[in-house]
Amino acid sequence: MKSKKRDKIIAYGILTLLALIFLLPLAWVVLASLDTNANIAVKMPNVTLDNYINVLTSSTNHRAFANGLVISIGASVLTVVLAGLMAYPLSRYEIKHKRLFMLTMLFMTCLPVTTVMVPVYRLFVMLKLYDTHLGIILFMASSTMPYAVWMMKNFMDSVPVSLEEAAWVDGAGKLQGLIHVVVPLMFAGVSSVAIYVFSGCWGNFLTPFLLLRDYNKMPAAVSLYQYFGAHTVSYGQLAAFSLVYALPSIILYVLSQRYMSKGFAMEGGAKG
Amino acid sequence: MKKNKDRGLLFAFMAPGLFVMACFFLVPIAMTIFYSFTNLSLTGSEAASLRFTGLENYFKILRDSAVLDSVKKTLQYTVFSVLGQNILGFMIAYLMQGKNQIFRKIVGPVFLAAWVMPEVVGSVCAYSVLTDKGTINMLLQIIGLSKISWMYKYPMFAVIVANIWRGTAYSMMVYQAALDSVPGDVRDAAQIDGATRSQTILHVIVPIIKNTITTNTMLTTLMTMGGFGLIYIMTAGGPGTKTQTLPILMYTKAFKNYELGYGTAISMILLLIAAIFGIIYVKVMGKEMEGGHEK
Repeated sequence: MKSKKRDKIIAYGILTLLALIFLLPLAWVVLASLDTNANIAVKMPNVTLDNYINVLTSSTNHRAFANGLVISIGASVLTVVLAGLMAYPLSRYEIKHKRLFMLTMLFMTCLPVTTVMVPVYRLFVMLKLYDTHLGIILFMASSTMPYAVWMMKNFMDSVPVSLEEAAWVDGAGKLQGLIHVVVPLMFAGVSSVAIYVFSGCWGNFLTPFLLLRDYNKMPAAVSLYQYFGAHTVSYGQLAAFSLVYALPSIILYVLSQRYMSKGFAMEGGAKG
Repeated sequence: MKKNKDRGLLFAFMAPGLFVMACFFLVPIAMTIFYSFTNLSLTGSEAASLRFTGLENYFKILRDSAVLDSVKKTLQYTVFSVLGQNILGFMIAYLMQGKNQIFRKIVGPVFLAAWVMPEVVGSVCAYSVLTDKGTINMLLQIIGLSKISWMYKYPMFAVIVANIWRGTAYSMMVYQAALDSVPGDVRDAAQIDGATRSQTILHVIVPIIKNTITTNTMLTTLMTMGGFGLIYIMTAGGPGTKTQTLPILMYTKAFKNYELGYGTAISMILLLIAAIFGIIYVKVMGKEMEGGHEK
């Protein structure tokens, strides 16, 4: 089986080479963030934490991160609540045209938001939502809603109705059953949806870029871009800012992987 | 499954979500269609009187070389990005199968990182590699070659490479899941019959994961053609109009030149193309659901 061994070595070789290429942009951002006099190409750093200290102590950055948090948390909470409510009847009842409805949701998930930005801008000016965080939250929530409903319904389907029935016998209403029985059992699912929406908002550049004007309201996504576009850019601080801003996305991704696998393990709530 | 006896309650559950979605997603789509037939613009004398102009915007678009050029740019960007992401994503997923666990744990996150990072960070990182004084040119000079001005001479190539770098992980994950579902004995049987590796891939594996290939191609196409941030941050559509895809042109027309009607007509083109790919995607997914566990 000599050829098999050779194939394996080639496979490892190709993967390693690809990984090294993929690593180049990342190597820059990590090394430059630790460098006293970073430039735009990869180089060995004169190690310092000053870039991070500067980024983390700047009050402009604090505001940008706070704005990002307000938008992302607002949108996640709104989406989870509304999508959770919508998913309940879809999961528990026979509804006319349910299939068509779900397929329409699926269709909406894949439409690029770019296509609606001009009218949304127009609408927001009319409704006085332009240049407000509330506007961004509402738009982010509605554009992630189709996917959130889809996810929520699937997670809810895996919670057996029998557990709710017990609660109804004890006199709980449908909403109470949903809140006290179904939601705790699909906690992993709710978390996944929340993380999905939060990361989406945290990383979203287009929406705040087009729908906000006031510099003080911009989330980190836009201020990082503005910092990048400035003429007197310090590459070390740019890299440190990038990494600090990317950190929540990375942490949440790792968390979501964990929740996802737990979610599958929890499926048999009624057994035993 | 219960019968529909408490209709009011169901409606109460559905209403708030439907309302928000309708307001900020469906109404804008309807507005896109409506406004594309009007003279809508943001400022100036025309702003006061909204007038129905029929197909004028569309005629204007068909005559406008900037738009046609932009359509071409969008096609280039999309076709090459989608091909690159899908082929590379499949290749990595395929090669990663059955490899050493530690190796997978080290190499996997390298590919994933580009995808997990926010768009702006990814764009800045990609810029750092491709710009004049960037990493690639530095490496070229180290091995004694002269540097190449990627962002000025080959800007479209640069943004496509950046987009492939950023998006490949998504396709890789999709294909990993699909390949896991291909039974091992099918492959073994093919190899025993004397099929080469590439024959096995083409004639055994690809037919089995055909639906995944279709849906993923549709999805990556949709994600790419509407892409704005990466191009805007790296090149802002330039130099000149060399990377001016439809979303960038739409932004310039609507938000820089305040020609909202024109910008809206451009979004209509995007919306129409997106709808076609979206319908194909939903059709294939719908068929999969019927065969699967979905009710």
